[in-house]
Amino acid sequence: MHFLLTAEQREFGRTLDGMLGACGTPSTIRAWASGDPKPGREVWTRLAAAGVFGLAVPQEHGGTGLLPVELAVAFGELGRHAVPGPLAETVAAAAFLGRLGDRPAAAAWLPKIASGEAVISLCMDGPYALDADAADAVLTVRDDSVHRTARHGPVQPCLDPARRLARPLDGALLARGPAVTAAAAHALVVARLVTAAQCLGLGRALLDGTVSYAGQRTQFGVPIGSFQAVKHRLADTLIALEFAEPLVHAAALALAADAPSAAREAAAAKAAAGEAAYAAARTALQLHGALGYTDELDLSLWIRKARALRDAWGTPAECRARVLADRPGGTGPAYALGERA
Amino acid sequence: MDLDFTDAEEAFRGEARAWLAAHVPATPLPSLETAEGFAAHRAWERRLAADRWSAVSWPTEYGGRGASLLEWLIFEEEYYAAGAPGRVGQNGISLLAPTLFAHGTEEQRARILGPMACGEEIWAQAWSEPEAGSDLASLRSTAVRTDGGWLLRGQKTWSSRAAFADRAFGLFRSEPGTPRPHQGLTYLMFPLDAPGVTVRPIGRLDGKPAFAELFLDEVFVPDADVIGEPGQGWRVAMSTAGNERGLTLRSPGRFTAAADRLTALWRAGAAPSDTALRDRVADAVIGARAYQLFTYANASRLASGASLGAESSLNKVFWSELDIALHETALDLLGPYGALADDANDSPENGSWAEGYTFSLAGPIYAGTNEIQRDIIAERLLGLPKGRR
Repeated sequence: MHFLLTAEQREFGRTLDGMLGACGTPSTIRAWASGDPKPGREVWTRLAAAGVFGLAVPQEHGGTGLLPVELAVAFGELGRHAVPGPLAETVAAAAFLGRLGDRPAAAAWLPKIASGEAVISLCMDGPYALDADAADAVLTVRDDSVHRTARHGPVQPCLDPARRLARPLDGALLARGPAVTAAAAHALVVARLVTAAQCLGLGRALLDGTVSYAGQRTQFGVPIGSFQAVKHRLADTLIALEFAEPLVHAAALALAADAPSAAREAAAAKAAAGEAAYAAARTALQLHGALGYTDELDLSLWIRKARALRDAWGTPAECRARVLADRPGGTGPAYALGERA
Repeated sequence: MDLDFTDAEEAFRGEARAWLAAHVPATPLPSLETAEGFAAHRAWERRLAADRWSAVSWPTEYGGRGASLLEWLIFEEEYYAAGAPGRVGQNGISLLAPTLFAHGTEEQRARILGPMACGEEIWAQAWSEPEAGSDLASLRSTAVRTDGGWLLRGQKTWSSRAAFADRAFGLFRSEPGTPRPHQGLTYLMFPLDAPGVTVRPIGRLDGKPAFAELFLDEVFVPDADVIGEPGQGWRVAMSTAGNERGLTLRSPGRFTAAADRLTALWRAGAAPSDTALRDRVADAVIGARAYQLFTYANASRLASGASLGAESSLNKVFWSELDIALHETALDLLGPYGALADDANDSPENGSWAEGYTFSLAGPIYAGTNEIQRDIIAERLLGLPKGRR
């Protein structure tokens, strides 16, 4: 057993970190929030060139085949830089199309996902598609059918300004039947894994920014970071992130092996990482004081994203229910699991 | 990156599982914090040692199996999954023995480890004093040089297992007036029935004598029972503290096994509409898995030559809080039976949840309080400025 990222995987993360750091994501996020996706699409193209989207695309369609550990590494960096857009949705759509067995649909979209030409929003749970107005295609899965949405309703403002939600209206049927259900179940695991990874990176950025601020901000003649109440809150934030990280890695390994436990492991990772990121956001908000409560502070973009990612692709409660659903030890109470498949 | 076990590790797991299935007592032993239970647990240590399962990570020449850290983790998973008794010898095996391997003499190892492994000598800790708890380095008990050894004088407290144990190990001030309190300390071992030692058992929260005060009045300790160099005790002791907080005090196997039992309890009787309780069961399951995986990652780090420092404080806070949350959830699931003490006739599952709950409440206090651990995390891992405690 060697349960640590390889040197190559760590280097991949560092490369993306450096690239995204140079992109200046706060202005990109603010543009995206105001309905101008152009800077965001430029970042998207660079991510595709670095190979990020190909990690979920089969080799025959221009990708590497599904590489969950590398995806987790990449999405950690996407979260660290709060990159806007339907990132998890596009990767989940790639996983969905790769599993669906509909050759024309796969051939039409998968190469474009890998190359960054196609931004896809995938709507499986709930009434809204993320960033439908900026996407090249919106796929909507309902029960055992999938539609390519032609029109969507007006964009609804969100608590996370970079998250633009709209109701899919009508569209053409793409496929129907058990293959859709199976592909959607697979896509859900991928979406939960990469969202969990995004949460980890987002939480790390929130923690780093807040530690740095607490070391500089002086009150009563000393840095506020020397106060025990401040230290302990930051320590708890680190603990939650540190213990969520191996859950994300284990889920990635289970998915890589196509193990039956992958759905459970991804749900555990999503619940823990989502809660850890949200706790990091609360810590960041509190320790920045009134400054953290302004939209002028760039870190507030991260603060607001944490809540949305915590609940995307399964709230913590839904993920917790999923963790218990097929744990060994007999059949349990018949809980509603709040997820398809 | 992988989570795979080798064939040899799987074989080791199989051997441990088979032995435990054949030997774990069908009825749980009485609480090890009672005289009767202590004796029963001592006998169980002898049974373990007879087949070299008492201290698997020790070298074979000392009765171990030379198990790797990963194999030890596997053994612990199997041990607790099998419902095997608590380890009355743990203080010695996981705290003193690593210190002896790192700093002891060959003579000490040859003399001490055998009786430790088979439960013939149970060891107690003698760290804290009435005025030296979290600020351990301010301790005042003294070791004064005498012919062929040292005379111990002072008072130790919260000494786990000391009510029934045979020997103790701890720190004593051997050089008064050093510039810093961490200097001039010496690590010594002494028998609890030596002339000059008075043991006053202390009842823990439920009244069982889980620890004791030790009054030391001119207790003679020969030079052979000093570990490391006189005056270097702090450095020697901290290697033990690292073990305690780090990996070896509370293995993940305890918590994964407890989370499995909790899941079974929930499945057997929880109201399906109680989703708040369901969330807490799930969090215990997720927490136990997270601790297991975090430990696998640390084992991988250690195997590739890294060492653990302040990172061990993350562990200590995490498992101690997980343990309490898990047991509180169990008591809630037990409803009216959750109020019963472990030795009540009606106590569910032979009182194991009640005993586990009481035991868990001490977790955030011993082995360095969680407040101290959070200070360490903030200052050494996050780089925040030092301040007044």
